[in-house]
Amino acid sequence: MKSRARWVAIAGWLLGVAVCCVIISRTVFTADLSAFLPQSPTKEQQVLLDQLRDGMISRLILIGIEGGDASTRAALSKQIASELRADPAFVTVNNGEAVNTERDQAYLFNNRYLLSSAVTPERFTVSGLHDAISDTIDLLASPAGMMIKPLLPRDPTGEIVHLIEQMNGDTRPQMYDGAWTSRDGLRAILLAQTKATGADTNGQQKAMARIQDAFSSATKKIGPSAASAKLIMTGPGVFSVRSRDTIEHEATKFSLIGTAIIISLLLLVYRSITALALGLLPVISGALVGVTAVSLGFGVVHGITLGFGTTLIGEAVDYSIYLFVQSRQANTSEGKASSNWDADFWPTIRLGVLTSIVGFASLLVSSFPGLAQLGLYSIAGLTAAAAVTRFVLPHLLPVNFRIRDVSAIGLRLAVAARHAPKLRWPIIILSLAAFAIVALHRTTLWNSELSSLSPVSQQDQMTDARLRADMGAPDVRYLIVISGESRDAVLQSAEKVGVQLQKLVSQGTLATFESPARYLPSIATQRARQANLPGDDLEQRLVKATQGLPVRASVFSPFLSDIAASKHRSLLQRSDLDNTSLALAVDSLLFQRGTQWTAMLPLTAPSSEKLSQGIAVEPIRAALAASGQTNALFVDLKAESDHLYSGYLKQAIWLSLAGLGGIVILLAFSLRSATNTVRVLLPLVAAVICIVAALVLCGQRLTILHLIGLLLIVAVGSNYALFFSSRNADEIGVSPQTLTSLVFANLTTVAGFGLLGFSHVPVLNAIGTTVGPGAVLALVFSAIFSRQIAPQSMREK
Amino acid sequence: MHSRHVKLFHSWLYRWLAASLLSVFASYPVLSMAADWNIDQLMQSLSQTKLGHAKFTEKKYIAMLDRPVESSGELLYSAPDHLEKRTVKPRPETMVVDGNQMTIERGSQRRTVQLQEYPELAGFIDSIRGTLAGDRKALERSFKLNLEGGPEHWTLTLFPLDAKLARNVHLIRITGSHDNIRTMEIIEPDGDHSVMSIERMSAQ
Repeated sequence: MKSRARWVAIAGWLLGVAVCCVIISRTVFTADLSAFLPQSPTKEQQVLLDQLRDGMISRLILIGIEGGDASTRAALSKQIASELRADPAFVTVNNGEAVNTERDQAYLFNNRYLLSSAVTPERFTVSGLHDAISDTIDLLASPAGMMIKPLLPRDPTGEIVHLIEQMNGDTRPQMYDGAWTSRDGLRAILLAQTKATGADTNGQQKAMARIQDAFSSATKKIGPSAASAKLIMTGPGVFSVRSRDTIEHEATKFSLIGTAIIISLLLLVYRSITALALGLLPVISGALVGVTAVSLGFGVVHGITLGFGTTLIGEAVDYSIYLFVQSRQANTSEGKASSNWDADFWPTIRLGVLTSIVGFASLLVSSFPGLAQLGLYSIAGLTAAAAVTRFVLPHLLPVNFRIRDVSAIGLRLAVAARHAPKLRWPIIILSLAAFAIVALHRTTLWNSELSSLSPVSQQDQMTDARLRADMGAPDVRYLIVISGESRDAVLQSAEKVGVQLQKLVSQGTLATFESPARYLPSIATQRARQANLPGDDLEQRLVKATQGLPVRASVFSPFLSDIAASKHRSLLQRSDLDNTSLALAVDSLLFQRGTQWTAMLPLTAPSSEKLSQGIAVEPIRAALAASGQTNALFVDLKAESDHLYSGYLKQAIWLSLAGLGGIVILLAFSLRSATNTVRVLLPLVAAVICIVAALVLCGQRLTILHLIGLLLIVAVGSNYALFFSSRNADEIGVSPQTLTSLVFANLTTVAGFGLLGFSHVPVLNAIGTTVGPGAVLALVFSAIFSRQIAPQSMREK
Repeated sequence: MHSRHVKLFHSWLYRWLAASLLSVFASYPVLSMAADWNIDQLMQSLSQTKLGHAKFTEKKYIAMLDRPVESSGELLYSAPDHLEKRTVKPRPETMVVDGNQMTIERGSQRRTVQLQEYPELAGFIDSIRGTLAGDRKALERSFKLNLEGGPEHWTLTLFPLDAKLARNVHLIRITGSHDNIRTMEIIEPDGDHSVMSIERMSAQ
C-alpha cells in the first residue's frame, strides 16, 4: 500500500511538472503597461489605453544631443534628421528645419477659401468686403503689415491671416544654427514619430537602435568636434523598451543572486547535495505551477509577476527546511520515519500556508491585473510548494535520510529565545510609537500617482521632463474624442464641437485647441464654403466695397481669379495633404480603428504657468453639450490615469484589510482560542506597523507594492508566529530544532526578498524593502511574544 | 506640432521687425553735442540715455494704396535692452523686446519669439544696440554709416551690409537736432517706405 501510494504521488507530481512545462512553453510573456491597465475600462479609460498603446503620443521619441559646442550639436541634429527622414521606420523627424514649410504654406494659401471658417455669405457682400479690406489695410499700418503686403492683391479679406491666427503656435523650441535647441542652449533637440506603435516594444527598440546608429555615423562624419557629444532619448516607447530591459535584467540578476545565496545557505546547513536538490524541488514545483496558473488565468504573464515570483523562492524553500530540520528532530526522538513530522509539524505549516492563501486570495478580485496576477501566482505557487513538501518529498527521501545535526545552533538560539519575552514591553511601546508615527503621517502615507509604479528610473523621468520642457511640450493631457461611422461623420462632429470650443478660446478659457477639421474640413463644410463664395458679380461688389478706402478695385484682379477658381474646384481630400507636415497632424488626430473612425481634439490650457492647475472642466463639458454631439467625449488623461491608480490603491487597501480579516477568522477558527489568535497576530501586526513607520521615517510614500509587501510579511510571518504559539510550544517550548529551522527559513526569505531592496525597479524595490526587514521583525517579535515557558518544563528538558 | 504655421509667420516677421525696432531705438533723445560734430560724438551722446518715452506717428507709403496708412502710439526705452512700441491707432498692438525675447500682442493673439533664432535679425538688432551704446564698431559690422549736416540738423543714414537684411531694407535714414531724434525713415527695396515722426515726452 505504502509503496503504491509513493509511486502514485511521484508519478502525479512528474505528470504535473510535465504539464506545467508544456503550458509555460506556450505562454506569452510581456513587459508593457498591460499589468497596470484595467481589463474592463470605462470609455474614458479606453481613450487612455488607446493613447498609451498606439496613440500619437505613444509613437514620439524625443531626442537630445548634449556635449560639444552649439554649432556641432546643430550640425549633428541636421545630419541625424536627414538620415532618419529617409528611414521608413519613422513617420516624421522634426528638428526645426524648414523641410515642409513651403508645401505647408502653399497648402494653406491655395486652399484658404475652403479652409477658412470666415468664409460666410456675409464675408463677400459689399459691406462685408469693405470691412474685411479695411481691416487688412489697418493691418498694413501695424508692424505686422509688412508680412501681408505682398499678399494683398490675392487675399484682400485676409483669409490667410485668419487661418494662421487660429493655429496658435506659441509653444515651440528655440533655434540655433537652423535647428531646435533647448531653452538653456545646452542641448540640440529633435522629435521623431515612429511607425511602430508604442505597444510594439520590439519596433520601438529597433527605432531606438536606428537613432543610435544615425547618431554614431553623424559623429563620425562631423569628426573630432563631435567626439564629446552624447545622445539621449526619451518618450513612451523608449520607456517601454527600457522597462522591459530593466525588468528582465533585474529579475534575472536578483533571482540568480538570491538562488545562489539560498543554495549556499542550504549547503551550509545540510552539507548534502542530495538534501539541497530535494529541498529545491518544492520551490521549482511551486514556481512552475504559479506561472502556469497565471498563464491559464490571464493569457499572458507579466515580467513583474515573474520578477516577484522569483522571490517566492524565499518562502517556498521554507517548507522543505521545516521538513528536513524538524523531521530530524522527530527521527531523533522516535527513531521512526517522518510520520511524526506529519502529525507534529505539518498542521502548523498547513495553517501557515492557509493563512498565506487567505491573505492573497483577496487580491484575486482586484481590478488591477498586475495585482490579481501576483495573487494567483502566490496562491498557486505556495499551495504547490507546500503540497509537494508534504505529499511528494517524504517519498523521495532516501532511507535514513538525515541532514547534519544542527542542534548546537539550536541550543544557542533557544537560550536567546528564552530571554526574548523580556523585550515584550519595549516592543509594545515601540509598536505604539510606530503606530503614532503612521497615524501622524496618515494623509501623506500613500503615493496616489501612477508614475510611482513606473519601472522607469527617476533619472530617466527627469530627462523626460527636461526634454519635454525644452520641446515646448506636446504634452497632451486634455482631449476631446469623437467617434463615428465614417471619416466625414467625425469631421462634421469635430466642426460642430470646434465652433463651441472657439468661443472658449475667445473667452480665454482655452488657449487653443487642435482639430483635424482645420486642415481637412468635412465635405459638407467645404461645399458650404464654396457656395458662400461670390459669383461673377464680385467685381462690381469690389468696386462698391472699395469706395472710401485708399485702394482701387483693380488691384484685386488676382483675388477675382482665385475666388472663381475656388468656387468650382474639386474638394479637398486627405491625399491633397500628402508631403506636407499637416498630413501628420491630420493622421494623428483622425484615424480609423476597426470600422470606427475617431477624431481627437487636443485642448491647450490658457498659460503654460497654469498648466499644473489644469483646465476649467465645466465650461468644456457645457460646450460639448451645446454642440449636441453625443459621440464626443472629454478626457483628462492625467486625471484618468491617476484616478485609475488611486482606484487600484484604494481597492487594494480594502482587499488587504479583507485578507487580514480572513486571516483572523481562519486563525480563530483553527486555534479555537482568542488568546492564541491574538498571540499569533500580535507580532505580525507589530512587525507591519514598525515597517510602515520605518518607511515613513525614511521619507518613502507607500505604493500598492508596499501593500503587497506587508501582506507578504503577514503570510511569511504567520508560520513563525504559529510555531511559537503552537501546542507543542505551549508544552515544551519551541524546540531547538524548530528554532533552527525557523531561523534558516527566515534567512532564506531575507535572501530572496531582501535582495530586491537593491533593485532599481520601484515595484521590486518596494517589495524588497518591506519584506526583507519585515520578515526578520516578524520572527523576532514572534519569539518575543511567545508564551513564557514555565520554569519546571525547562528544567525537565 | 505648430512649427509649420509659425514658420510662415516668422518668415514675414523678420521683414517688419527691423523697421519697428529701429523706430523704438530712435525714440530717445540725443544729448547735447560737442563742437566737433562726427559719428563718434553722436554715438557717445546716444549712449548717455537710460530711459526714454516718446509719442510717434508713422506713415507708410505703399504703392498699391492711394494714400499712406497711418498709425500712432508711444515708444518706450529702458537701458540696457528693454524696448516697447505701443500702437494705439488704428488698432491697439504692443511689441516688447526684452533682451533676446520679443513678444507681440494684437487682439487676443500673443506671440513670443527668441531673437537668436534669426541670426540675421539678431545681427541687425545688436548693431542698433551698438549704436545706442555708442559702439560704432558693432554698428559698422552690419551697416555702412553716413552722417550729414551739423548738430542743428543731422541725418544719419544706415546702409545694410548683410544681403539678407538688404533684401528687406534698402536704407534707414534717421534725422535729429542736437539731442533729439525727430524722424526715422525706412526705405524698402521696392520703393515702398515709411516715415516715423517722433516727439519726445521725457528722457533721463
